[in-house]
Amino acid sequence: MAEPPAYARHRPDTQPPYLYPDYASTVKRSPTRPLIRFEHTLSEITGPSFASGWAGAAATDLTRQHKGEPLGERIIVTGRILDEDGRPVPHTLVELWQCNAAGRYHHPVDQHDAPLDPNFTGAGQAITDGEGRYRFITIKPGAYPWRNSPNAWRPAHLHFGVFGGGFVTRLITQMYFPGDPLLPYDPIYQSTADAAARTRLIAAYDPDLSEPEWALGYAFDMVLRGREATPFEGRD
Amino acid sequence: MAGKLIATPGQTVGPFFALGLDRPEWADLTRQSPQGQRIVIAGQVRDGDGAPVPDAVIELWQANAAGRYDHVEDTQAGKPIDPQFHGYGRAATDAQGRFKITTIKPGPVPGRGNALQAPHINVAFFARGLLRQLHTRIYFADEPANTGDPLLSSIEDEGVRKTLLARPEGAGIYRFDFVLQGNDETAFLDL
Ligand SMILES: [Fe+3]
Repeated sequence: MAEPPAYARHRPDTQPPYLYPDYASTVKRSPTRPLIRFEHTLSEITGPSFASGWAGAAATDLTRQHKGEPLGERIIVTGRILDEDGRPVPHTLVELWQCNAAGRYHHPVDQHDAPLDPNFTGAGQAITDGEGRYRFITIKPGAYPWRNSPNAWRPAHLHFGVFGGGFVTRLITQMYFPGDPLLPYDPIYQSTADAAARTRLIAAYDPDLSEPEWALGYAFDMVLRGREATPFEGRD
Repeated sequence: MAGKLIATPGQTVGPFFALGLDRPEWADLTRQSPQGQRIVIAGQVRDGDGAPVPDAVIELWQANAAGRYDHVEDTQAGKPIDPQFHGYGRAATDAQGRFKITTIKPGPVPGRGNALQAPHINVAFFARGLLRQLHTRIYFADEPANTGDPLLSSIEDEGVRKTLLARPEGAGIYRFDFVLQGNDETAFLDL
């Protein structure tokens, strides 16, 4: 078997560090030894495939999982999963979880004094189509307090998990909303030093995606690691 | 060289990931009765204070019993795909930081050059307090092929190397702890 082409390393400062003391929980949970650099083998460049549908049925409309409609601002979030060369990633799993419009998660650990919404769970999943596209209908999540520092509030966000072509392309991230006044104060958002990389985390309001009298549209592409070389296309 | 777009930064899974990621059945990779030796890998996740980490999620990717990955880029001749085995698993820790995975022991897979890699399970590790995933591998302490494995052989410190070895604790039962900091800190990989 030919040597598999490796995935490219991230450019400096375009991913968050492990230790980032402004996010207090990193202090006791980040590795203290240098990571061991290892060149990719078949183990790294392969990864789970979802085209056969084994991960279960799609759940892309989070507003229709209960008897009634959830409270909150109805939104459409759609985009493509791409690699760093702009190539779409088809048939990969996209997982989504979020709090409700009041800023409360449907999760026993969340004790924020905000109401649960009996009509909102806040979990969904999709498989990207042939062009790498996904689309969710949900409600805009609320901001919520956390105990990182006194009076700290997380900006409104959706949690996303995406796989891509290999195990090393796995990405778990968060999507934020444009113009959120909490972003400058949020250490999780601010942890990525490179401003252009950080901006990738903010969805774009897109009037063409909004549906009249019904929902606001946001565009959010997620970009996964690309290949060192593209053996099938040669060099230019 | 990296491409023209900047990759999306990772962000922590946070404390509420179970809402979106908890699939208890995915902790059993044998649920479709694949071929191979059934094994259980159980252990605990601990932080820099030695405290259990109750909000971590461990993702696994492995070859089947023949040493073949269920992936289009694994074109190894003479190693069959097992239609009952996808090779991907996921387990979250409980309130005591414990996890348990049921799977089959993977076969050896090729490394770079002419090297053979000892049987191993690839791990992506997420938790509250980790801004992006950590990568590591689970090897098997009772596996003779470990001596020729390129990654294990590249680690000179025996104490560090041992953190990648799951310890047999009875027939088909292995113990593997993830230690995020300290003397027994797990060796994590820069991939
Ligand atoms: Fe959150």
